[in-house]
Amino acid sequence: MVMLERIINIVEKFWPVLLKGLGVTMEMTLISVLGGFILGIVLALSRIYGNKFLRIISTGFIEIIRGTPLLVQLFILYFGLPPYGFKPSPFTAAIIGFIINSGAYQAEYLRGSILSISRNQMIAARSLGMTRKQAIIHVIMPQALRRVIPAWTNEFIYLLKYTSLAYIVGAPELMAQAKFIASRNFQFFEVYLVVAVIYLIVILFFTWLFGRLEKKVKIPGLEWVR
Amino acid sequence: MKNNPLLRVMNLKKRFGEKEVLKGVSFNVKEGETKVIIGPSGTGKSTLLACINQLVNPDEGEVWLKDELITQAKDMNKIRQRIGFVFQDFGLFNHLTALKNVMIGLTKVKKLDKNVAREKALEQLRKVGLEREADLYPAQLSGGQKQRVGIARALAMEPEIILFDEPTSALDPELIGEVLYVMKDLAESGMTMLVVTHEMGFARSVSDEIIFMENGYIVEQGSPEKLFKNPENERTRQFLNKLSELYGEGD
Ligand SMILES: Nc1ncnc2c1ncn2[C@@H]1O[C@H](COP(=O)(O)OP(=O)(O)O)[C@@H](O)[C@H]1O
Ligand SMILES: [Mg+2]
Repeated sequence: MVMLERIINIVEKFWPVLLKGLGVTMEMTLISVLGGFILGIVLALSRIYGNKFLRIISTGFIEIIRGTPLLVQLFILYFGLPPYGFKPSPFTAAIIGFIINSGAYQAEYLRGSILSISRNQMIAARSLGMTRKQAIIHVIMPQALRRVIPAWTNEFIYLLKYTSLAYIVGAPELMAQAKFIASRNFQFFEVYLVVAVIYLIVILFFTWLFGRLEKKVKIPGLEWVR
Repeated sequence: MKNNPLLRVMNLKKRFGEKEVLKGVSFNVKEGETKVIIGPSGTGKSTLLACINQLVNPDEGEVWLKDELITQAKDMNKIRQRIGFVFQDFGLFNHLTALKNVMIGLTKVKKLDKNVAREKALEQLRKVGLEREADLYPAQLSGGQKQRVGIARALAMEPEIILFDEPTSALDPELIGEVLYVMKDLAESGMTMLVVTHEMGFARSVSDEIIFMENGYIVEQGSPEKLFKNPENERTRQFLNKLSELYGEGD
Protein backbone atom coordinates (compact mmCIF):
# COMPACT_ATOMS: atom_id res chain seq x y z
CA MET A 1 0.00 0.00 0.00
CA VAL A 2 2.93 2.27 -0.60
CA MET A 3 1.19 3.67 -3.60
CA LEU A 4 -1.91 4.75 -1.71
CA GLU A 5 0.19 6.38 0.99
CA ARG A 6 2.17 8.24 -1.61
CA ILE A 7 -0.98 9.45 -3.31
CA ILE A 8 -2.48 10.69 -0.07
CA ASN A 9 0.78 12.34 0.68
CA ILE A 10 0.89 14.09 -2.67
CA VAL A 11 -2.65 15.36 -2.34
CA GLU A 12 -2.05 16.56 1.23
CA LYS A 13 1.19 18.28 0.47
CA PHE A 14 0.62 19.66 -2.98
CA TRP A 15 -3.09 20.38 -3.20
CA PRO A 16 -2.60 24.16 -3.33
CA VAL A 17 -0.23 23.77 -6.28
CA LEU A 18 -2.51 21.30 -8.00
CA LEU A 19 -5.50 23.53 -7.43
CA LYS A 20 -3.64 26.47 -8.86
CA GLY A 21 -2.74 24.41 -11.91
CA LEU A 22 -6.32 23.28 -12.29
CA GLY A 23 -7.40 26.93 -12.02
CA VAL A 24 -5.13 27.89 -14.88
CA THR A 25 -6.30 24.89 -16.91
CA MET A 26 -9.93 25.83 -16.39
CA GLU A 27 -9.28 29.46 -17.15
CA MET A 28 -7.52 28.56 -20.38
CA THR A 29 -10.23 26.11 -21.34
CA LEU A 30 -13.14 28.44 -20.67
CA ILE A 31 -11.57 31.45 -22.38
CA SER A 32 -10.54 29.32 -25.35
CA VAL A 33 -13.89 27.61 -25.73
CA LEU A 34 -15.78 30.89 -25.56
CA GLY A 35 -13.31 32.69 -27.82
CA GLY A 36 -13.41 29.75 -30.18
CA PHE A 37 -17.19 29.80 -30.06
CA ILE A 38 -17.36 33.42 -31.19
CA LEU A 39 -14.67 32.87 -33.81
CA GLY A 40 -16.46 29.69 -34.90
CA ILE A 41 -19.77 31.50 -35.40
CA VAL A 42 -18.09 34.20 -37.47
CA LEU A 43 -16.20 31.64 -39.56
CA ALA A 44 -19.20 29.36 -40.09
CA LEU A 45 -21.52 32.20 -41.10
CA SER A 46 -18.86 33.64 -43.42
CA ARG A 47 -18.31 30.27 -45.02
CA ILE A 48 -22.00 29.63 -45.60
CA TYR A 49 -23.53 33.04 -46.15
CA GLY A 50 -20.56 35.25 -46.96
CA ASN A 51 -19.63 36.73 -50.32
CA LYS A 52 -16.89 35.07 -52.32
CA PHE A 53 -14.13 36.94 -50.53
CA LEU A 54 -15.35 35.98 -47.06
CA ARG A 55 -15.95 32.40 -48.15
CA ILE A 56 -12.40 32.02 -49.42
CA ILE A 57 -10.86 33.63 -46.33
CA SER A 58 -12.86 31.57 -43.85
CA THR A 59 -12.52 28.31 -45.76
CA GLY A 60 -8.77 28.83 -46.11
CA PHE A 61 -8.39 29.66 -42.45
CA ILE A 62 -10.42 26.66 -41.30
CA GLU A 63 -8.62 24.20 -43.54
CA ILE A 64 -5.14 25.48 -42.66
CA ILE A 65 -5.82 25.30 -38.94
CA ARG A 66 -7.44 21.89 -39.11
CA GLY A 67 -4.71 20.65 -41.40
CA THR A 68 -1.81 21.42 -39.08
CA PRO A 69 -0.94 20.06 -35.61
CA LEU A 70 -1.94 22.13 -32.61
CA LEU A 71 1.56 21.84 -31.22
CA VAL A 72 3.04 23.37 -34.36
CA GLN A 73 0.56 26.23 -34.07
CA LEU A 74 1.54 26.82 -30.45
CA PHE A 75 5.26 26.74 -31.30
CA ILE A 76 4.78 29.24 -34.12
CA LEU A 77 2.94 31.58 -31.76
CA TYR A 78 5.34 31.25 -28.86
CA PHE A 79 8.73 30.66 -30.45
CA GLY A 80 8.14 31.80 -34.00
CA LEU A 81 6.65 35.24 -33.59
CA PRO A 82 8.97 37.01 -31.12
CA PRO A 83 11.58 37.73 -33.83
CA TYR A 84 8.81 39.58 -35.66
CA GLY A 85 8.04 41.75 -32.68
CA PHE A 86 5.17 39.81 -31.05
CA LYS A 87 6.26 38.45 -27.68
CA PRO A 88 3.33 36.79 -25.95
CA SER A 89 3.58 35.28 -22.47
CA PRO A 90 3.22 31.49 -22.39
CA PHE A 91 -0.33 31.88 -21.13
CA THR A 92 -1.27 34.36 -23.87
CA ALA A 93 0.39 32.33 -26.60
CA ALA A 94 -1.44 29.22 -25.46
CA ILE A 95 -4.80 30.99 -25.27
CA ILE A 96 -4.42 32.52 -28.72
CA GLY A 97 -3.43 29.15 -30.13
CA PHE A 98 -6.35 27.38 -28.51
CA ILE A 99 -8.89 30.01 -29.59
CA ILE A 100 -7.71 29.87 -33.19
CA ASN A 101 -7.62 26.09 -33.18
CA SER A 102 -10.93 25.58 -31.44
CA GLY A 103 -12.54 28.30 -33.56
CA ALA A 104 -11.75 26.36 -36.72
CA TYR A 105 -13.17 23.14 -35.33
CA GLN A 106 -16.23 24.78 -33.82
CA ALA A 107 -16.86 26.53 -37.13
CA GLU A 108 -17.05 23.17 -38.87
CA TYR A 109 -19.36 21.67 -36.25
CA LEU A 110 -21.61 24.70 -36.47
CA ARG A 111 -21.51 24.70 -40.26
CA GLY A 112 -22.62 21.09 -40.34
CA SER A 113 -25.37 21.94 -37.92
CA ILE A 114 -26.56 24.96 -39.94
CA LEU A 115 -26.52 22.97 -43.18
CA SER A 116 -28.58 20.24 -41.54
CA ILE A 117 -31.40 22.72 -40.89
CA SER A 118 -33.93 22.19 -43.65
CA ARG A 119 -33.91 24.85 -46.36
CA ASN A 120 -37.63 25.31 -45.88
CA GLN A 121 -36.89 27.16 -42.64
CA MET A 122 -35.02 29.92 -44.46
CA ILE A 123 -37.61 30.05 -47.25
CA ALA A 124 -40.50 30.28 -44.78
CA ALA A 125 -38.73 33.05 -42.87
CA ARG A 126 -38.10 35.03 -46.04
CA SER A 127 -41.71 34.55 -47.13
CA LEU A 128 -42.79 36.47 -44.03
CA GLY A 129 -40.65 39.39 -45.13
CA MET A 130 -37.65 38.71 -42.93
CA THR A 131 -34.29 39.81 -44.24
CA ARG A 132 -31.67 37.11 -44.57
CA LYS A 133 -29.96 38.43 -41.48
CA GLN A 134 -33.18 38.28 -39.47
CA ALA A 135 -33.82 34.75 -40.69
CA ILE A 136 -30.34 33.66 -39.65
CA ILE A 137 -30.64 35.26 -36.21
CA HIS A 138 -34.21 34.31 -35.35
CA VAL A 139 -34.77 31.07 -37.22
CA ILE A 140 -31.58 29.33 -38.31
CA MET A 141 -29.20 29.97 -35.42
CA PRO A 142 -31.55 29.09 -32.55
CA GLN A 143 -31.97 25.67 -34.13
CA ALA A 144 -28.38 25.21 -35.26
CA LEU A 145 -26.99 26.09 -31.83
CA ARG A 146 -29.20 23.54 -30.15
CA ARG A 147 -28.05 20.89 -32.56
CA VAL A 148 -24.40 21.68 -32.06
CA ILE A 149 -24.40 21.11 -28.29
CA PRO A 150 -23.24 17.45 -28.43
CA ALA A 151 -20.37 18.31 -30.77
CA TRP A 152 -19.64 21.31 -28.62
CA THR A 153 -19.43 19.11 -25.51
CA ASN A 154 -16.83 16.98 -27.26
CA GLU A 155 -14.91 20.06 -28.30
CA PHE A 156 -14.91 21.30 -24.72
CA ILE A 157 -13.52 17.98 -23.50
CA TYR A 158 -10.87 17.88 -26.20
CA LEU A 159 -9.81 21.38 -25.43
CA LEU A 160 -9.65 20.73 -21.71
CA LYS A 161 -7.30 17.87 -22.41
CA TYR A 162 -5.34 19.71 -25.06
CA THR A 163 -4.58 22.57 -22.70
CA SER A 164 -2.07 20.13 -21.19
CA LEU A 165 0.04 20.88 -24.26
CA ALA A 166 0.47 24.39 -22.96
CA TYR A 167 2.99 23.17 -20.39
CA ILE A 168 5.42 22.67 -23.26
CA VAL A 169 5.54 26.43 -23.86
CA GLY A 170 5.63 26.94 -20.10
CA ALA A 171 2.11 27.97 -19.09
CA PRO A 172 1.57 27.08 -15.40
CA GLU A 173 -1.41 24.78 -15.90
CA LEU A 174 -2.16 21.44 -14.29
CA MET A 175 0.35 19.37 -16.26
CA ALA A 176 3.11 21.89 -15.63
CA GLN A 177 2.43 21.72 -11.90
CA ALA A 178 2.45 17.93 -12.04
CA LYS A 179 5.78 17.98 -13.77
CA PHE A 180 7.07 20.37 -11.14
CA ILE A 181 5.91 18.10 -8.29
CA ALA A 182 7.23 14.93 -9.92
CA SER A 183 10.60 16.51 -10.54
CA ARG A 184 10.85 17.02 -6.77
CA ASN A 185 9.59 13.70 -5.37
CA PHE A 186 10.24 11.45 -8.40
CA GLN A 187 6.92 9.68 -7.87
CA PHE A 188 5.95 10.03 -11.50
CA PHE A 189 3.37 7.31 -11.51
CA GLU A 190 1.46 8.56 -8.48
CA VAL A 191 1.64 12.23 -9.45
CA TYR A 192 0.34 11.69 -12.96
CA LEU A 193 -2.28 9.31 -11.66
CA VAL A 194 -3.60 12.04 -9.38
CA VAL A 195 -3.60 14.47 -12.29
CA ALA A 196 -5.42 11.98 -14.53
CA VAL A 197 -8.11 11.56 -11.91
CA ILE A 198 -8.50 15.33 -11.60
CA TYR A 199 -8.99 15.64 -15.38
CA LEU A 200 -11.45 12.80 -15.33
CA ILE A 201 -13.56 14.30 -12.54
CA VAL A 202 -13.68 17.70 -14.22
CA ILE A 203 -14.60 16.15 -17.58
CA LEU A 204 -17.34 14.01 -16.09
CA PHE A 205 -18.75 17.07 -14.39
CA PHE A 206 -18.87 19.11 -17.58
CA THR A 207 -20.28 16.22 -19.59
CA TRP A 208 -23.11 16.06 -17.08
CA LEU A 209 -23.56 19.83 -17.18
CA PHE A 210 -23.81 19.99 -20.98
CA GLY A 211 -26.15 17.04 -20.95
CA ARG A 212 -28.43 19.05 -18.71
CA LEU A 213 -28.13 22.09 -20.94
CA GLU A 214 -29.07 19.99 -23.95
CA LYS A 215 -32.14 18.65 -22.16
CA LYS A 216 -33.09 22.09 -20.97
CA VAL A 217 -33.14 23.72 -24.40
CA LYS A 218 -34.49 20.65 -26.19
CA ILE A 219 -37.47 21.39 -28.40
CA PRO A 220 -40.46 19.42 -27.10
CA GLY A 221 -41.55 16.58 -29.32
CA LEU A 222 -38.62 16.91 -31.66
CA GLU A 223 -35.90 14.28 -31.93
CA TRP A 224 -32.89 15.46 -33.89
CA VAL A 225 -31.66 12.96 -36.36
CA ARG A 226 -28.04 12.50 -35.43
CA MET B 1 -64.95 44.24 -55.01
CA LYS B 2 -64.09 41.52 -57.50
CA ASN B 3 -63.01 43.86 -60.28
CA ASN B 4 -59.57 45.38 -59.87
CA PRO B 5 -56.74 42.97 -60.60
CA LEU B 6 -54.82 42.73 -57.37
CA LEU B 7 -52.15 40.55 -58.87
CA ARG B 8 -51.05 40.68 -62.49
CA VAL B 9 -48.58 38.17 -63.86
CA MET B 10 -47.31 38.99 -67.32
CA ASN B 11 -45.30 36.71 -69.55
CA LEU B 12 -43.34 35.16 -66.69
CA LYS B 13 -40.38 33.03 -67.71
CA LYS B 14 -37.94 31.01 -65.68
CA ARG B 15 -35.29 28.48 -66.55
CA PHE B 16 -33.10 26.32 -64.33
CA GLY B 17 -29.98 25.72 -66.38
CA GLU B 18 -31.03 23.97 -69.57
CA LYS B 19 -34.56 23.41 -68.42
CA GLU B 20 -37.15 26.06 -69.19
CA VAL B 21 -39.72 25.67 -66.43
CA LEU B 22 -41.97 28.67 -67.05
CA LYS B 23 -42.38 29.57 -70.70
CA GLY B 24 -44.37 32.77 -70.56
CA VAL B 25 -47.21 32.64 -68.06
CA SER B 26 -49.80 35.41 -67.79
CA PHE B 27 -52.90 35.77 -65.66
CA ASN B 28 -54.65 38.10 -63.22
CA VAL B 29 -56.08 37.59 -59.78
CA LYS B 30 -58.79 40.05 -58.85
CA GLU B 31 -59.40 41.30 -55.36
CA GLY B 32 -61.42 38.84 -53.31
CA GLU B 33 -61.04 36.13 -55.90
CA THR B 34 -59.90 32.55 -55.33
CA LYS B 35 -57.97 31.08 -58.23
CA VAL B 36 -56.93 27.48 -58.36
CA ILE B 37 -53.96 26.23 -60.38
CA ILE B 38 -53.89 22.59 -61.37
CA GLY B 39 -51.48 20.62 -63.49
CA PRO B 40 -49.23 17.59 -63.54
CA SER B 41 -46.27 17.52 -61.19
CA GLY B 42 -43.06 19.05 -62.52
CA THR B 43 -45.05 21.53 -64.56
CA GLY B 44 -43.76 24.64 -62.81
CA LYS B 45 -46.60 25.42 -60.42
CA SER B 46 -44.38 25.77 -57.37
CA THR B 47 -41.86 27.74 -59.38
CA LEU B 48 -44.64 30.07 -60.50
CA LEU B 49 -45.74 30.79 -56.93
CA ALA B 50 -42.13 31.24 -55.81
CA CYS B 51 -41.54 33.67 -58.67
CA ILE B 52 -44.53 35.76 -57.63
CA ASN B 53 -43.02 36.71 -54.27
CA GLN B 54 -39.54 36.22 -55.68
CA LEU B 55 -38.34 33.49 -53.41
CA VAL B 56 -37.14 32.51 -56.87
CA ASN B 57 -36.18 35.29 -59.26
CA PRO B 58 -37.93 35.08 -62.63
CA ASP B 59 -35.78 35.57 -65.72
CA GLU B 60 -38.33 37.55 -67.68
CA GLY B 61 -41.78 39.01 -67.32
CA GLU B 62 -43.54 41.22 -64.84
CA VAL B 63 -45.47 40.74 -61.63
CA TRP B 64 -47.66 43.58 -60.47
CA LEU B 65 -49.18 43.84 -57.02
CA LYS B 66 -51.87 46.49 -57.35
CA ASP B 67 -50.04 49.32 -59.09
CA GLU B 68 -46.55 48.27 -58.09
CA LEU B 69 -44.20 46.43 -60.38
CA ILE B 70 -42.79 44.09 -57.77
CA THR B 71 -40.35 42.33 -60.08
CA GLN B 72 -38.46 45.62 -59.91
CA ALA B 73 -39.13 46.31 -56.26
CA LYS B 74 -36.34 47.95 -54.30
CA ASP B 75 -37.27 46.34 -51.02
CA MET B 76 -38.68 42.89 -51.67
CA ASN B 77 -38.92 42.21 -47.93
CA LYS B 78 -41.58 44.91 -47.71
CA ILE B 79 -43.50 43.36 -50.60
CA ARG B 80 -43.32 39.85 -49.16
CA GLN B 81 -45.10 41.06 -46.05
CA ARG B 82 -48.07 41.74 -48.29
CA ILE B 83 -48.06 38.29 -49.90
CA GLY B 84 -48.81 35.34 -47.63
CA PHE B 85 -47.33 31.96 -48.46
CA VAL B 86 -48.55 28.57 -47.28
CA PHE B 87 -46.21 25.67 -47.98
CA GLN B 88 -46.79 22.05 -48.83
CA ASP B 89 -44.41 21.01 -46.06
CA PHE B 90 -45.81 23.66 -43.65
CA GLY B 91 -42.46 25.40 -43.12
CA LEU B 92 -43.19 25.97 -39.44
CA PHE B 93 -40.26 27.07 -37.32
CA ASN B 94 -39.38 23.97 -35.33
CA HIS B 95 -38.01 25.74 -32.29
CA LEU B 96 -41.07 27.91 -31.71
CA THR B 97 -44.50 27.14 -30.28
CA ALA B 98 -47.55 27.53 -32.49
CA LEU B 99 -48.17 30.93 -30.91
CA LYS B 100 -44.59 32.11 -31.42
CA ASN B 101 -44.68 30.86 -35.00
CA VAL B 102 -47.58 33.18 -35.65
CA MET B 103 -46.08 36.01 -33.59
CA ILE B 104 -42.58 36.10 -35.03
CA GLY B 105 -43.50 37.92 -38.23
CA LEU B 106 -45.40 40.49 -36.21
CA THR B 107 -42.62 41.17 -33.72
CA LYS B 108 -39.53 40.83 -35.90
CA VAL B 109 -40.81 42.03 -39.27
CA LYS B 110 -43.66 44.37 -38.41
CA LYS B 111 -41.98 45.36 -35.14
CA LEU B 112 -45.22 45.23 -33.20
CA ASP B 113 -45.20 45.33 -29.44
CA LYS B 114 -45.05 41.83 -27.93
CA ASN B 115 -48.42 42.05 -26.22
CA VAL B 116 -50.17 43.41 -29.29
CA ALA B 117 -48.55 40.69 -31.38
CA ARG B 118 -49.63 38.02 -28.91
CA GLU B 119 -53.24 39.19 -29.05
CA LYS B 120 -53.23 39.26 -32.83
CA ALA B 121 -51.58 35.84 -33.03
CA LEU B 122 -54.07 34.33 -30.59
CA GLU B 123 -56.90 35.76 -32.63
CA GLN B 124 -55.56 34.06 -35.77
CA LEU B 125 -55.09 30.78 -33.95
CA ARG B 126 -58.67 31.06 -32.73
CA LYS B 127 -59.79 31.57 -36.33
CA VAL B 128 -58.17 28.32 -37.42
CA GLY B 129 -59.42 26.55 -34.30
CA LEU B 130 -56.09 26.10 -32.54
CA GLU B 131 -56.24 28.42 -29.59
CA ARG B 132 -55.74 25.56 -27.17
CA GLU B 133 -52.67 24.34 -29.04
CA ALA B 134 -50.97 27.75 -28.79
CA ASP B 135 -48.17 26.51 -26.54
CA LEU B 136 -47.43 23.30 -28.42
CA TYR B 137 -44.40 22.92 -30.65
CA PRO B 138 -44.73 21.87 -34.32
CA ALA B 139 -43.45 18.38 -33.54
CA GLN B 140 -46.34 18.00 -31.10
CA LEU B 141 -49.00 18.88 -33.67
CA SER B 142 -50.72 16.72 -36.29
CA GLY B 143 -50.16 17.55 -39.94
CA GLY B 144 -53.54 19.21 -40.23
CA GLN B 145 -52.85 21.32 -37.16
CA LYS B 146 -49.42 22.27 -38.50
CA GLN B 147 -50.91 23.48 -41.73
CA ARG B 148 -53.56 25.47 -39.89
CA VAL B 149 -50.78 27.15 -37.91
CA GLY B 150 -49.10 27.84 -41.25
CA ILE B 151 -52.27 29.52 -42.45
CA ALA B 152 -52.62 31.49 -39.21
CA ARG B 153 -49.02 32.63 -39.53
CA ALA B 154 -49.66 33.90 -43.06
CA LEU B 155 -52.94 35.53 -42.04
CA ALA B 156 -51.44 37.34 -39.07
CA MET B 157 -49.35 39.48 -41.39
CA GLU B 158 -52.61 40.79 -42.89
CA PRO B 159 -51.53 40.04 -46.44
CA GLU B 160 -53.36 41.28 -49.51
CA ILE B 161 -53.17 37.86 -51.11
CA ILE B 162 -52.18 34.39 -49.93
CA LEU B 163 -50.41 31.87 -52.15
CA PHE B 164 -51.00 28.22 -51.29
CA ASP B 165 -48.65 25.59 -52.68
CA GLU B 166 -50.42 22.23 -52.44
CA PRO B 167 -51.38 22.87 -48.81
CA THR B 168 -52.95 19.44 -48.30
CA SER B 169 -50.63 17.23 -50.34
CA ALA B 170 -48.48 16.23 -47.38
CA LEU B 171 -51.47 15.34 -45.21
CA ASP B 172 -53.05 12.03 -44.37
CA PRO B 173 -56.46 11.84 -46.06
CA GLU B 174 -58.39 12.18 -42.81
CA LEU B 175 -56.64 15.48 -42.02
CA ILE B 176 -57.25 17.20 -45.34
CA GLY B 177 -60.79 18.24 -44.51
CA GLU B 178 -59.93 20.47 -41.57
CA VAL B 179 -57.45 22.45 -43.68
CA LEU B 180 -59.80 22.80 -46.64
CA TYR B 181 -62.50 23.92 -44.26
CA VAL B 182 -60.30 26.76 -43.00
CA MET B 183 -59.39 27.71 -46.56
CA LYS B 184 -62.98 27.72 -47.66
CA ASP B 185 -63.86 29.93 -44.75
CA LEU B 186 -61.09 32.30 -45.75
CA ALA B 187 -62.23 32.44 -49.35
CA GLU B 188 -65.75 33.21 -48.25
CA SER B 189 -64.52 35.99 -45.96
CA GLY B 190 -63.17 37.72 -49.07
CA MET B 191 -59.49 36.88 -48.88
CA THR B 192 -57.72 36.89 -52.22
CA MET B 193 -56.20 33.47 -52.79
CA LEU B 194 -54.09 31.71 -55.39
CA VAL B 195 -54.13 28.01 -54.67
CA VAL B 196 -52.17 25.18 -56.25
CA THR B 197 -54.09 22.04 -55.36
CA HIS B 198 -55.38 18.73 -56.59
CA GLU B 199 -58.44 18.91 -54.38
CA MET B 200 -61.14 19.02 -57.03
CA GLY B 201 -63.92 19.39 -54.50
CA PHE B 202 -62.31 22.58 -53.27
CA ALA B 203 -61.60 23.80 -56.80
CA ARG B 204 -65.19 23.15 -57.81
CA SER B 205 -67.00 24.66 -54.91
CA VAL B 206 -64.71 27.49 -53.86
CA SER B 207 -62.71 28.77 -56.82
CA ASP B 208 -63.83 31.52 -59.15
CA GLU B 209 -61.53 30.31 -61.86
CA ILE B 210 -59.29 27.35 -62.55
CA ILE B 211 -56.00 27.54 -64.40
CA PHE B 212 -54.70 24.36 -65.99
CA MET B 213 -50.92 24.42 -66.42
CA GLU B 214 -48.72 21.98 -68.24
CA ASN B 215 -45.04 22.08 -69.24
CA GLY B 216 -44.58 25.69 -68.28
CA TYR B 217 -47.63 27.00 -70.13
CA ILE B 218 -51.17 27.81 -69.18
CA VAL B 219 -53.15 25.39 -71.32
CA GLU B 220 -56.57 26.60 -70.40
CA GLN B 221 -58.32 28.72 -67.82
CA GLY B 222 -61.95 29.28 -67.03
CA SER B 223 -64.75 28.86 -64.55
CA PRO B 224 -64.98 25.50 -62.73
CA GLU B 225 -68.20 24.63 -64.58
CA LYS B 226 -66.62 25.25 -67.95
CA LEU B 227 -63.43 23.29 -67.22
CA PHE B 228 -65.23 20.37 -65.66
CA LYS B 229 -68.18 20.24 -68.08
CA ASN B 230 -66.71 21.15 -71.46
CA PRO B 231 -63.04 21.97 -71.53
CA GLU B 232 -61.76 23.38 -74.81
CA ASN B 233 -58.53 21.50 -74.66
CA GLU B 234 -58.22 17.74 -74.89
CA ARG B 235 -55.28 17.73 -72.41
CA THR B 236 -57.42 19.50 -69.83
CA ARG B 237 -60.10 16.88 -70.12
CA GLN B 238 -57.61 14.03 -69.82
CA PHE B 239 -55.94 15.55 -66.79
CA LEU B 240 -59.21 16.22 -64.99
CA ASN B 241 -60.35 12.68 -65.71
CA LYS B 242 -57.15 11.31 -64.26
CA LEU B 243 -57.52 13.49 -61.18
CA SER B 244 -61.05 12.35 -60.51
CA GLU B 245 -59.88 8.75 -60.85
CA LEU B 246 -57.11 9.39 -58.35
CA TYR B 247 -58.82 11.64 -55.89
CA GLY B 248 -62.51 11.12 -56.61
CA GLU B 249 -64.97 13.69 -57.85
CA GLY B 250 -64.76 15.50 -54.56
CA ASP B 251 -68.07 16.93 -53.50
N1 LIG C 1 -34.23 25.29 -57.58
C1 LIG C 1 -34.35 24.50 -58.66
N2 LIG C 1 -33.25 24.15 -59.36
C2 LIG C 1 -33.34 23.38 -60.44
N3 LIG C 1 -34.48 22.88 -60.93
C3 LIG C 1 -35.62 23.18 -60.29
C4 LIG C 1 -35.61 24.01 -59.12
N4 LIG C 1 -36.89 24.14 -58.68
C5 LIG C 1 -37.64 23.44 -59.54
N5 LIG C 1 -36.89 22.87 -60.51
C6 LIG C 1 -37.39 22.05 -61.64
O1 LIG C 1 -38.41 22.77 -62.26
C7 LIG C 1 -39.44 21.92 -62.68
C8 LIG C 1 -40.76 22.41 -62.14
O2 LIG C 1 -40.79 22.25 -60.77
P1 LIG C 1 -41.98 22.75 -59.86
O3 LIG C 1 -42.19 24.20 -60.07
O4 LIG C 1 -41.69 22.30 -58.49
O5 LIG C 1 -43.20 21.94 -60.48
P2 LIG C 1 -44.61 21.59 -59.81
O6 LIG C 1 -44.78 22.41 -58.58
O7 LIG C 1 -45.60 21.91 -60.87
O8 LIG C 1 -44.58 20.13 -59.52
C9 LIG C 1 -39.09 20.53 -62.18
O9 LIG C 1 -38.55 19.81 -63.26
C10 LIG C 1 -38.04 20.76 -61.16
O10 LIG C 1 -37.13 19.71 -61.12
MG1 LIG D 1 -45.02 21.81 -56.58
